[in-house]
Amino acid sequence: MASDTQRILARAAREVIPGQIVNLGIGLPTRLFHYLPDEMEVLVHSENGVLGCRPRRDGEAPDHDMIDSGGAYITTRPGASVFDSATSFAMIRRSRVDLTFMGAFEVDADGNLANWKIPGKFSPGIGGAMELAQKVRRLVVLCSHNDKHGNPKILARCRLPLTASGCVSRIITDKAVMDVTPAGLAVVDIAEGLDPADLRAATEAPLLIDESRMGRF
Amino acid sequence: MTLLTEKVRDIEAAVAAIPEGATIMVGGFGSPGTPFALLDALLESGQGGLTLIKNDANEPGIGIGRLIEAGRVKRLITSHLGLNRTAIEAMNAGRLEVIFHPQGLLAEKIRCAGAGHGGFLTDIGQGTEIAEGRREIELDGRPWGIEPALHADVALVHAERADRYGNLIYRATASNFNPLMAMAAEQVIAQAYRLDAPGELPIDAIHTPCAFVSQVVQVDRATSEQGVRPHGL
Repeated sequence: MASDTQRILARAAREVIPGQIVNLGIGLPTRLFHYLPDEMEVLVHSENGVLGCRPRRDGEAPDHDMIDSGGAYITTRPGASVFDSATSFAMIRRSRVDLTFMGAFEVDADGNLANWKIPGKFSPGIGGAMELAQKVRRLVVLCSHNDKHGNPKILARCRLPLTASGCVSRIITDKAVMDVTPAGLAVVDIAEGLDPADLRAATEAPLLIDESRMGRF
Repeated sequence: MTLLTEKVRDIEAAVAAIPEGATIMVGGFGSPGTPFALLDALLESGQGGLTLIKNDANEPGIGIGRLIEAGRVKRLITSHLGLNRTAIEAMNAGRLEVIFHPQGLLAEKIRCAGAGHGGFLTDIGQGTEIAEGRREIELDGRPWGIEPALHADVALVHAERADRYGNLIYRATASNFNPLMAMAAEQVIAQAYRLDAPGELPIDAIHTPCAFVSQVVQVDRATSEQGVRPHGL
C-alpha cells in the first residue's frame, strides 16, 4: 500500500513545472510537498493565506502563526508572501493558481469531481475545495483507483454531490494516469506489470487505451 | 463609535458588554489568529444563545470549541468542521445548527459587509447543491448567483500589535479572516500581544486602520495547548 502511495506521489511530482504556482489539497496531495526539491522555483499556495510554503525541516522550531490549510506547521521559501483570506481566494477565483492536486471520493469520465460530502455519513463542510476545483487552471486528482472494498472510484458518472463539474484535467492512481478528453478517459500511463484488461475491469468508466503510445510508471 | 482616546479596556469589561444571543464574528483559521483570550473571557462571562461566524470550529477543548462544548452556541456559520469532532457530534445530535459556506464565499460575504456593500455576484458553485435556492440574475449575457453580505453585532479579532487608538498589525498566517471581520461588525474588539502608543507602529505596515476598531485589549501569548495538533494527514 505504501509503495502504491509513493508511486502516485512520484508520478504526480512530474506534473509540476518550475515557475508555477501550485496548491496542494488536504490529504494525499499534501504529501507531495516532500517530493518537490528545495531548489525548484515553485511557489506552493495554501488557501489560509500564504504563497511560498516550504515544509519544516527536522529540528526547525514551529512558528505558531505559520500553518498550511491542513493545519501543519510550515515555513516559507524566498519569494513568499502572506495575505488575508479574501486575497487568497481572489488569487484562486482569478485563476492565478496554475495547478492544484486534490483527492477524490469519485471522479468521472466527464471530469466531474466529488470529494467533500457523503450524505448521511460525512459532511464536515467544503472548506476551500469548491473554489479551487472550479477556478484553478489545471486540476490533477490523486487517489487510489479503487476504494477499500475494491469498488471503482473512476466512474462513468459521479453519484455523490459534486465539488465542481468538468473541472478535472488528469487523474493519477496506483493503477493508471488518465486524461479527461472530449472522447472520454484516455490512458496515458499504466502501472508497471498491469494488464490493460485488468485496468478496464477495475474501472467503471470506459477507457481509451492505445497500447502503442501508453507509458509505464 | 468609541472615541480614539477611550478604546483600551480590560478584558472582562470588553466582553461583558456583549449581549446574550449576539451574532459574533471570530477571527482565525485553525489556531493562528484565533482570539483565544477573548473567547475564554466570553466563556467566563456567561452569555449564551450565540451565533458564531468563524472559518472553522477550532479543535476540541480550545477556542470556540469550548463555547460549543458548554452549550453557549446556538448556530455556527462556517466553512469546515473537519478538525473538531465534538462540534461534528453537536451538529449531528441537533444541539448546534451549522450553516456551511465555501470558504472563499464566506470570506467575501464578510469583506462585502466591511466594505459597506449589500452583497456580490458570483459563479462559484453553479451546478452544485451549494447554489440550490440561490437567487440568480443575468448580467452581460451570463447568469450570476447573488450572495448577500454577512453582518455581525460583534467581531473578536486577534492582532500581533496594536496601538491604543486601535490600529492593528497581523502576523504571518494569523491574518486570515481577521482584517475582514475587523471591518464588518458593529463593535470590533481586538486583542493584541503588544500594545503601543500612537506613532509607534510603522504607518505603512498597519493592516487595519483604527477607524474600524472599537476596543483594544492587551493579552498574553497563546499557550502551546492552543497550537495546532498533529493530524496524521
